[in-house]
Amino acid sequence: MKLFSFLFTSSIGRKILMSVTGLSLVAFLLVHCSINACIFFNDHGKTFNEAAAFMGNNWLIRTAEIGLFVGLLLHSFQGLYLWASNGQKRKQKYHSTPGNANSKWYSRSMGILGSLLLLFLVLHLSHFWVVSRFTDELSETGSNTLFHKMSLIFKSPVLVIVYVIGCISLAYHLLHGFQSGFQSLGFNHPLLNPIIKNFGIVFSLLIPLIFASMPIVMYLGWIK
Amino acid sequence: MKLDSKIPKGSISDKWTQYRSSVSLVNPSNKRNLEIIVVGTGLAGASAASSLAELGYKVKAFCFQDSPRRAHSIAAQGGINAAKNYQNDGDSVYRLFYDTIKGGDYRSREANVHRLAEVSTSIIDQCVAQGVPFAREYGGTLSNRSFGGTQVQRTFYAAGQTGQQLLLGAYSGLERQVGLGNIKMYARHEMVEVVKIDGKAQGIIARNLITGELERHFGHAVLLCTGGYGNVFYLSTNAMGSNVTAAWKAHKAGAFFGNPCFTQIHPTCIPVSGHYQSKLTLMSESLRNDGRIWVPKIKDDTRNPNTIPEEERDYYLERRYPAFGNLVPRDIASRAAKERCDAGFGVGPSKMAVYLDFKHNLMYKYGQSEASKLGISNPDDDTLTRLGKAVVKEKYGNLFDMYKQITDEDPYEIPMRIYPAVHYTMGGLWVDYDLMTTVPGMYALGEANFSDHGANRLGASALMQGLADGYFVIPYTIGSYLSKEIHTKPISTDHEAFVAAEKFAADRISMLMEIQGTRSVESYHRELGLIMWNKCGMARNEQGLKEAIEEIKELRANFYKNVRIPGSINEFNPELDKAGRVADFLELGELMCVDALEREESCGGHFREEHQTEDGEALRNDDTHMYVSAWEHKENCQWELNKEALNYENIKIQQRSYK
Amino acid sequence: MTKSMKINLKVWRQRNADAVGNFADYTVDASPDMSFLEMFDVLNEQLIQNGLEPVAFDHDCREGICGMCSMVINGRPHGPKRGVTTCQLHMRSFKDGDTISVEPWRANAFPVVKDLSVNRSAFDRIISAGGFISTNTGNAVDANTILIQKEIADEAFKAATCIGCGACVSACKNASAMLFVGAKVTQLSLLPQGKPEKESRVVAMVNQMDAEGFGACTNTGACFAECPKQIPLSVISTLNREYLSAKLSGK
Repeated sequence: MKLFSFLFTSSIGRKILMSVTGLSLVAFLLVHCSINACIFFNDHGKTFNEAAAFMGNNWLIRTAEIGLFVGLLLHSFQGLYLWASNGQKRKQKYHSTPGNANSKWYSRSMGILGSLLLLFLVLHLSHFWVVSRFTDELSETGSNTLFHKMSLIFKSPVLVIVYVIGCISLAYHLLHGFQSGFQSLGFNHPLLNPIIKNFGIVFSLLIPLIFASMPIVMYLGWIK
Repeated sequence: MKLDSKIPKGSISDKWTQYRSSVSLVNPSNKRNLEIIVVGTGLAGASAASSLAELGYKVKAFCFQDSPRRAHSIAAQGGINAAKNYQNDGDSVYRLFYDTIKGGDYRSREANVHRLAEVSTSIIDQCVAQGVPFAREYGGTLSNRSFGGTQVQRTFYAAGQTGQQLLLGAYSGLERQVGLGNIKMYARHEMVEVVKIDGKAQGIIARNLITGELERHFGHAVLLCTGGYGNVFYLSTNAMGSNVTAAWKAHKAGAFFGNPCFTQIHPTCIPVSGHYQSKLTLMSESLRNDGRIWVPKIKDDTRNPNTIPEEERDYYLERRYPAFGNLVPRDIASRAAKERCDAGFGVGPSKMAVYLDFKHNLMYKYGQSEASKLGISNPDDDTLTRLGKAVVKEKYGNLFDMYKQITDEDPYEIPMRIYPAVHYTMGGLWVDYDLMTTVPGMYALGEANFSDHGANRLGASALMQGLADGYFVIPYTIGSYLSKEIHTKPISTDHEAFVAAEKFAADRISMLMEIQGTRSVESYHRELGLIMWNKCGMARNEQGLKEAIEEIKELRANFYKNVRIPGSINEFNPELDKAGRVADFLELGELMCVDALEREESCGGHFREEHQTEDGEALRNDDTHMYVSAWEHKENCQWELNKEALNYENIKIQQRSYK
Repeated sequence: MTKSMKINLKVWRQRNADAVGNFADYTVDASPDMSFLEMFDVLNEQLIQNGLEPVAFDHDCREGICGMCSMVINGRPHGPKRGVTTCQLHMRSFKDGDTISVEPWRANAFPVVKDLSVNRSAFDRIISAGGFISTNTGNAVDANTILIQKEIADEAFKAATCIGCGACVSACKNASAMLFVGAKVTQLSLLPQGKPEKESRVVAMVNQMDAEGFGACTNTGACFAECPKQIPLSVISTLNREYLSAKLSGK
C-alpha cells in the first residue's frame, strides 16, 4: 500500500488520483449516455429498459459499479480537499484580479462546478439509482419500469431545469477536466495533444447536450 | 612595499602544471576545520564556493541579491571562449593566450593569461556535465561562433543567454552543497567591513539587508567575487545593485587596487533615451557577426535608414579595419563610433548613435543559403527576407525582442541604433598568481580582480575568467595559504578585532543616516556618473582628469553634508544600502581619475587624447608604462603608486593592428 | 521630446512581514519611453524630496534576465504584456491618466519583506533539494563525448530559460510552483547527464515544494500566460510524468 500512499500525501500524487478517477468517470459517462440514449428509439422505452436490465444484472458491471462509486467518492473528497487546501495557500488575497486575461473562468471554478455536480448527483441518484437498486418499486417490464420513472420525474418543470443546470455544470467541468486529466498524468505528445484537446471539447459539449436533451424531450412529450 | 606576483618558474606552458603538482595540499581531515568566506555568488563566487565545499572546506557564501541565482553574471549574453579547436580552424591554447594578451593591448600578466587559456577547455566540459544546454549542431556536437578580436570560432553559447545558463549551472552546484550542509548561504547580506587579525584577513562584517543588523563572520580566508565597478559611471550595462563596496573595503584595509582606470566601453548598447534613464542595455557582441555598422556619409542625415542607398553609407569599421571589419575588439569599435558621432555623422534623435544593420546578411547570407537549400532559384527579395528572418530569429531572437521592447522599433525591419556604454572593468583588486591580494588570506576572483584582461577584454572572456578562477584555479592556489593555517583555530567573533570592525561599520552607517540633508542618493550618483563619463570615459586628457578630480572631491564633500537618506537603520532600507555604495563610488571615481592621469599613454580602453597615432589609434608607451599600477590607499583618499613590471617572454610585443 | 503622461498609482505599502498593509495613492509624471521601474524611480525621488519614505521594490539587472523584479500590476504579474518582465515593461503600454494598482507577489510561500518586495528563498530551497546534477568539479569528460540531439538540447534550453522570478506562483490561484519546478525537472531529465538521478531528483524537489507551502496545480494555465519567459505548460506534464514513474518505481 505504501507504493500508492503518494496519491494521498503529495501535491502531484493528489492530482494524479484526481486524474485517474476523473477519467474513469468520463468513461462511465460514455456508457451511461449510450444506454440512456436508447430512449430515442422512441419505442416506449423498450430498448432502454432492456439495456438497463442488462446493466443491472451483469455481475461484471455490478462489480465495476463498486469501483465506480469508490472512484466517485475519491474524486469528490480529494477534489474538495484540494479546493480547500489550495485556497489556503494565499492567505492575503489580491485586491485587483486579472479576470479572464490569463485563464478560463471554468478552469478556476472546478471546485464550485464539482460541488454543484455532487449536489446534483445526490438528487439524481435518489431519483433513479436508489429506487432501482434498493426498493421494489420498479420492475423490468410492465408499466412500472425505469423508463416510466423517467417520464414521471421529468413531468416537473423544476426538475427539468435542475437537470439542465446539472448538465451545464457537467459540460464546463468536463471542458477543463478532460484535457487536464491527461496533463496531470504527464501525457504530452506533439501530434496527439491537439487531438486530445479537440476530442475533449467535442466530448464535453456533446455528452452533456445529449443528457440535457432527455428531460427536455420527455417533458415536451416528444418521447413517450 | 614590493609586489611579489609569485609567478612560478619554468616555461610558460609548464608553469601551471608544475605549480599544481607541487603546491602544498591540505589533507581532507584538516579541510573540515577550515572555514572560507565567499562574498558574491556570480560565476566566480558560485563556482568557487561549490568547488571548495566539494573539497571539504566549510564555506559561507554571501550575496546582496535575494538569491544567489541573480548575480549579474546572469546577464552575459554572447558566449564563453575555450580553446577546444572543435572547428578545426587552427585554434590552440597558445592562440587563445596570444589573442587575449594582444586584445588586452599588452597590459596583462602572461602567466595568468596562459593559465586561463589552459583551463578554458575544462570549463566547457564541467558546464556540459552540469547540464548547461549549450547550442548544438544537428550531429549532436557543440556549436561555436566567433567574437571580436579573433579569427577562429571558439565561442560556446546558449542563444543570447549564455551567462544565464552558466550561472544557473554554477548556482545549482552551489545549492547542491547548501543542501549537503557544506555551504551556509547568506542572501540579502552585504559585506561592509573586512576583519584583519595579525595582518591577515580573518573574517568580515556583513549587514543583513532585511533587518539592518550587522553580523560578524569568521573565516580562515576571504574570497571576494564581487564583480566590477562599472556603476561608478551611473549609466552602465551593470545591474542596478552592482557595486564596489566589498572590494573598496578590502582596498582600504590594505589590498592594492590594480589599474583602476581600465574600463571597457562596449560598442553595441541601446542609446540613452531620456534623463530618467536608469541603466543601459547591451546588445551582444555576437550581433556583430551578422550586423554591419554604418553611418550616413552626409552629416545630419535624417532620412529613414532603409531609404539611404548603399553608396551613401559609410561602413566605417570595414573601411578602417578591412582585416577584422565589424569584428574589431570592443575598445576600437567604441572609439570609432564616438569619432563618427563627434564628427557629426551620428543618427537618431540624440545624434549619438550609429546603425547596426542586419539586412545584408539576413537576405544575402542566410536568405540565400536557405533558398538554395530549398532549391529556389532566383528568389525575390521578399522570399529572401522571409527565409533569412527565420534564421536570424533562431540566432538572436531574444535580443531582437528585447531591442523592440525597449525602443519600440523592429530591428528585423529597420537597423538597430546603438552607442557605446560602460560594460566591464578590467581593473580591480591587485592579485598575485595565487589570486591573493596584498592582504594575506584575502583573495579576489573574476571581474573583481585585475589580472587577465589587461587594458581591454575580448568578448566571451569574462565568463571564461570567472569560471576558471572559481572552478580550476582557487581550489589549488588556496592550498598554498591554508596549508599553513591548519593550526589556526576558529577565532571567536568576540575578538576585539571583530568588535572594532563592527563598531567602525556601525558608526559609518549612523553618520550617513544622521546627515539628513536635502539631496537624494540617486542625484549624487547621477552627477558622479556624468563627471566620470565626460572626463574619464572613452577619451581622457590631462586637463579633464584634473578637473574631474576636483569636481569629485567637491561632490564627495557635498554628499557628506547634504545627502538625505529616508527610513531607519534597522529595517529593509534600499536607500541606505545605496548610500553606502555611492559613498564608495565617490572615492573610487577619484582613484580612477588619478590612475588615468598617471598613465601617460593610450592602451586598450584607456585612451589619452595626448597619445594617439596620426590616424587616431591608441599609442602605447611601452618604454615607460609597461606595468600594472597597483594603488595603495593611505589616509583619507591619498594613494601611493606601486608598479608591477610586465615581462613578455613568450609574446613579441607590437603595436596592435586589426587593419 | 516625447510627451508626458500623468499616471495615478495605487501602491501596496507594508512595513514588514508582520505588519498590516494597505494601498497608498500617488500621482507621477511619466514618459512613454520610460520603463515601469524608471517610473517608480521618479516616484521615489518625488517621495524623498517630500520627506516621505520611498517604495521598496526588488529590481536589479533591468534587462529581463535576473528575475528579481516582480510587482502585480492591475492584477497581473509583470503587467499586461505577454513575455515581458516588469523592468522591460514600458509606459507606452499605458495611457495618460490611467490608474494602475501595484501589489507584491502574494503567496504564503513568498512572505512580504517590505512594500512590493517579497522573500523567494523557497525557490532556492527547492533547487537545493534536487535541482542539480551531482557532479563535482573535475569529474567531467570531454564535452563532445556525449552527443545530444539538437532538438533535445533546444528543448532543454527552452526549459532552462526560467528566470526564477515567481510570476507563475503569483499568477496561480493556488500559488502553485509547478511551472518553476517543472522547468528544472524537464531541463535535467531531458539531458543524458541528468538521467542517472532523475527519479530521486523529482521526488526530492516535489517534496520540498510541498513543504514550502505552495499549492497543487489545477492546470488553469495562468502560470504560462504570465511567465515572462513563456515556459510551456508541457514542463508541468513532464514533471507529473517523471514524478509518477519515479513513484511507481518505488522512489
